[in-house]
Formats: sequence, C-alpha cells, structure tokens
Amino acid sequence: MKTLLIALATSIFVFPALAQERVVNVYNWSDYIDEDIISDFEEETGIKVRYDVFDSNEILETKLLAGGSGYDVVVPSASFLERQITAGVFQELDQSKLSNSANLWDEVSNRTEVYDPGQKYSINYMWGTTGIGYNVGAAEERGVAVDSWDVIFDPDKISKFADCGIHLLDAPTEVIPAALNYLGKDPDSRDKAELEEAAALVEQVRPHIQKFNSSEYINALANGDICLAVGWSGDVFQARDRAAEADAGVEVGYSIPEQGALMWFDQMAVPADAGNVEEAHEFLNYMMRPDVMAKASNYVYYANGNKASQELLEEDVINDPAIYPPAAVLEKLYTIRAYDPRTQRTVTRAWTKVKTGS
Amino acid sequence: MKTSRFTVWLPYLWLLIFFLAPFALVLKLSLSEPAIAIPPYNPVLTWEEGIAGWWVDLKRLSFENYRFITEDSLYWKSYLSSVWIATVSTLLTLAIGFPLAYGMARAPRAMRPVLLMLVILPFWTSFLIRVYAWIGILKKEGLLNQFLLWAGLIDQPLTILNTDVAVYIGIVYSYLPFMVLPLYANLEKQDATLLEAAADLGCTPFRAFWTVTWPLALPGVLAGCFLVFIPAVGEFVIPALLGGSDTLMIGQTLYDEFFKNRDWPVSSTVAVILLAILIIPIVIFQRLQQREAGA
Repeated sequence: MKTLLIALATSIFVFPALAQERVVNVYNWSDYIDEDIISDFEEETGIKVRYDVFDSNEILETKLLAGGSGYDVVVPSASFLERQITAGVFQELDQSKLSNSANLWDEVSNRTEVYDPGQKYSINYMWGTTGIGYNVGAAEERGVAVDSWDVIFDPDKISKFADCGIHLLDAPTEVIPAALNYLGKDPDSRDKAELEEAAALVEQVRPHIQKFNSSEYINALANGDICLAVGWSGDVFQARDRAAEADAGVEVGYSIPEQGALMWFDQMAVPADAGNVEEAHEFLNYMMRPDVMAKASNYVYYANGNKASQELLEEDVINDPAIYPPAAVLEKLYTIRAYDPRTQRTVTRAWTKVKTGS
Repeated sequence: MKTSRFTVWLPYLWLLIFFLAPFALVLKLSLSEPAIAIPPYNPVLTWEEGIAGWWVDLKRLSFENYRFITEDSLYWKSYLSSVWIATVSTLLTLAIGFPLAYGMARAPRAMRPVLLMLVILPFWTSFLIRVYAWIGILKKEGLLNQFLLWAGLIDQPLTILNTDVAVYIGIVYSYLPFMVLPLYANLEKQDATLLEAAADLGCTPFRAFWTVTWPLALPGVLAGCFLVFIPAVGEFVIPALLGGSDTLMIGQTLYDEFFKNRDWPVSSTVAVILLAILIIPIVIFQRLQQREAGA
C-alpha cells in the first residue's frame, strides 16, 4: 500500500523537471494566500511555483507520513508539526539562507517554541483563534451578548439560538479544549476523565447543534442560514465580508469569549525528502519579507508572525481587536500540544459519541 | 493450446494483482502496531531475516487490533448501520430499477439502444459533481422544496439534506444504472412466446409475470442487487456529503481511524473485517452464477 500511495502521489505531483527550470512545490491550506504573491515571487526569482491546496491537517499529515509527498514547502498547524517533527518528517532549516527571520515577532515565536524548539524546522505563516462567529441582529433580538462561552455551553443560552441554526467545527482538537477551559480545567488536559467530562458538556448541548462542519459554516453565516458557529477567526471574517458585500441585512460578528480561546499557528516547513531544498528556502525567506506578509494578511484577514509587517498592514486588519487582540486578551489565549496516540484515540472516540450518540 | 491456458489464467492473474496482493498488504498491516514514524506503524513479517525470520515473526504475531475492535460497540454498530442502509437502498433501487428495465426491454427494438444510452449517460459526468448537485436540490431553499412550496403540497420547507433520507436518495440515484443494466440484459433475452403461451392457457398478465417473468429474471435481480449492495456498504462520499453528523457508516469510522487517529493498523483491521462481511454475499452470488451456468 505504501508503494502504491507513493506511486500515486509522485505521479500526480512530481513532473519531470525541465532542464534548468527551477521549481518549488508548495502545499498550503485552501483560500490562504493572495495569489499575486505567488506570481510576484515567480517574477522576482524565476522559480516556478507549483501551488497545491488541502483543507485539513489530517490529509496533509497522511501524505507526509506515507513518505515521498513530492512537496518542498508544507504548512501544518503547530500541534501537528510537533508530532511530525518527532516522526522525522521535516529537515532542519538552513538559517544562513533565511536572512529575513529577524523580522519575526517574538510574541508569536515564544509561543511556537514549545512545538519547534529553537525554530529549527519551521517559520510562522499565520496565526489565529478559535472563537464564536455570530449573527449580530439575531443576538440583539434575543438579548444575548456573545462575549462568553456560555452562549455555546450553557443549555439555557444556546437553546435561544437553536431555532436559527448553530454549527460547530467538526474538529475535536478545537472544541474539546474550549469545553475544558470552560469547565475550569487545563485546556490541554490529557486526563481521560476530564476529556470525557468535556465531551459530556458538548453532548449536553448537542440537540441544539444543527451540524458539525469545518467549512460550510462560512457561507451559512454569511447567508444568514445560521446564527452561531464555533469557527476559525479568519473564516468568520470571510463570512463577515461576504455578508457585507451581499448587503442583504446580515451582519456577522466574531467574538473571542471572555474566558479565552484557542490560539493556533500555521507553520511553514520543508519535508526531509524535498527535492528542491534551495528553492524552498528562497520561498520561505521571501515569505518573511515585511511587504509580502503584510500583503498576505491584508488579503486573508489572519494575523501573521511578522513584526516588521505590522506597519504595512491596512487599518482594518491591524486595528481589529479580533485579528490582533490587545495584550490583555492575548494573555487569555491558550495553546494545545500534540496529543499522544492514546489521548488522540480517547478524543476521537468521545467526539464520535458526541456526534452520533453511539 | 498455450493461448487457451493463458486465457484461463488471465482472470486469476488479475485477481492476484488487483485483489489478493493488496489484501495481503492490508492484512499484514492489520497485524502490526502504530508508531510515530514514516510510515506510521512498526512493520511485521519483513524480508530482512529471510524465511527463518518469518517463522519467528509468525509466532510473535498479535491479534490485538482484532480484539480491540470487538471491545468497542462503535465498530459493530457502524457495520450494522452500514448493512442496514445498504439493504434499504438496494431494495429501493430494485423497486425503481425493475420497472425501468422492464419498460426498456419491452420498448420497440429500435428505441432500445437510445434508452440504454440514456441510462449510461450520467456516467459521463463526475460522480462527485452529481452527488454535489443533490445538495442544491435537497437543501432547505433548494429546488425540491421550492417546487413543493409552489405546488402547495407543503407550507414549511422539508429538512431532507443532512439526514439519512438524503443518503438513501443519493445511493439510489448513484447506483440505479448498476441495477438497471443487468436486469435489462436478462429481461431482454427472455422469450416473449412464453408469455403468449401463458396467455393462451388462460393466465392473467399479472399471474404470468409472477410465474414466468419474475422467476426467469431472478439471476438478473440478484446480479443487480449485489452490484448495488456491495459498494453501498462501504460508501463514504455520499453519506459525507448528504448525510447528517449522526449518520453512522463504516466508511466514516474507517476514515476517522486512518486520518484522525493515524492508526493505520486498526483501520486495516476494520477494512479486513468489512471484507469478511462482504465475502459472504459474494460467495453466495458466485454459487448462484455457477448454478445458472451449469443449468
């Protein structure tokens, strides 16, 4: 099976390089870059970018663990990256080729330190939070302020929104930590009893939840089909902008609840078996240029880990407390580490029980 | 002589390359244990120590993964629920497919190729896109609800999408051609003079159908049912796109094991048992076919 997967992967992704043509194969999240950045990079360096996208860490991880993915730059989330480093998926970066790394923001690098000590294997691309997206009008109508996890985990409050639709991310690693945090436990707990208690909390409000999904909620929020969603910050901003463009009376808000929220990081790294290591480093270095990262954040509405880019950011990005939270809020954000296989199994199993009842 | 021997072996060669060899790999994987590495498991039965090494390895083999999935009710519930959904879908497909095939087989000879073409036509579009299209039809503000509201049959839009009903619709729609084609092939071959004889002897058309056409059509019915049932049990895409979060099917359970838990050995175990469950109807099918060929 392994050889089959490799044969499949290589036949799709690795084309015989034409003589002397320099290429870099990049694998990033979908809708996660301003495409001008890619064409600018190609023009400036003469390196052709083969850009490919995924929509879940699991898909990326499976390709990396099968080996021979054929990619030169990949963008896993930090907690996944941590485990992948242990598995030997990545190569150490050659710091001498990353002259722009001085631009990085210590507020972010200090936090990613636990996943990748000394930033030997990765650089930060974007970071964000997992909070609550909501329909502003619907919340006002019901007289409920969306500023606390009560809105999701308190049956009395969430039930008020049940009639107009509630979506939750179909990702236990995003929702279970929020439930743990709400219960006053360590969001990164590995304790089986605590994890099951957190799942039970979600199960309690399960009847009010219309669907678990990790992408559909963007349009559903924007169209006014639902009024609450636990989702990723940048996705909710996309919904907000689409709603504003449609101008159909839907206003979408994003809240980092007062109890805090999960802070996550997407890291750029180079697989150990990458074929174009030189080009991969040039790409990473380019992505650490202040003007490039500012352009990227201005487009996707996620905060980045590049301090120098901040003065080039547009007003509605840098001054939006939901994108760049003030210091007091930043302090309340929590992070989680990679789960060991046993904990992962407990969490997946508990999540299946939440969703299907069996 | 040589060529004929080769033609006999060709199907077996096919079976070996595309079924037995991959199955052996999955079986081997199901006996190993997961690891944080590339690939994410500790291989068993390696070639490194030759045949002698194999004997040692064989004695060490652990069926831990098989024991594990009997312990958690999730797995048998998933199997059961998948078999149930596949059974209902198969019967529905038969109920729609039989009249369709019957009509085609009784149509004027000149029209039959056109009708056959129409059955095959949907295959020209990607399966994924066709299932996606159902989202647009079944959703709350979708075509079906709009039509029903307009016709005054309902006053509140129906929730069909993200329920098991949508999964049934998706499976029946997607697999209908697999039911119609073997049925048509069977019905078209039936000798019409048999029905004339029945009528001459005072049989009503209804009774003639049940005593002549239906028994003769049984091999086609069975072929169609297996062609629908077997892939429907392992169906992943249709429930993922059209089903709700609470739709339990073995495809999803297998996906979670492989992608979320990164436990390739346990997901292989789930796959091996799924195959064992499916082999039983396949063997029955084979027997029936042989009997038909022998008759």
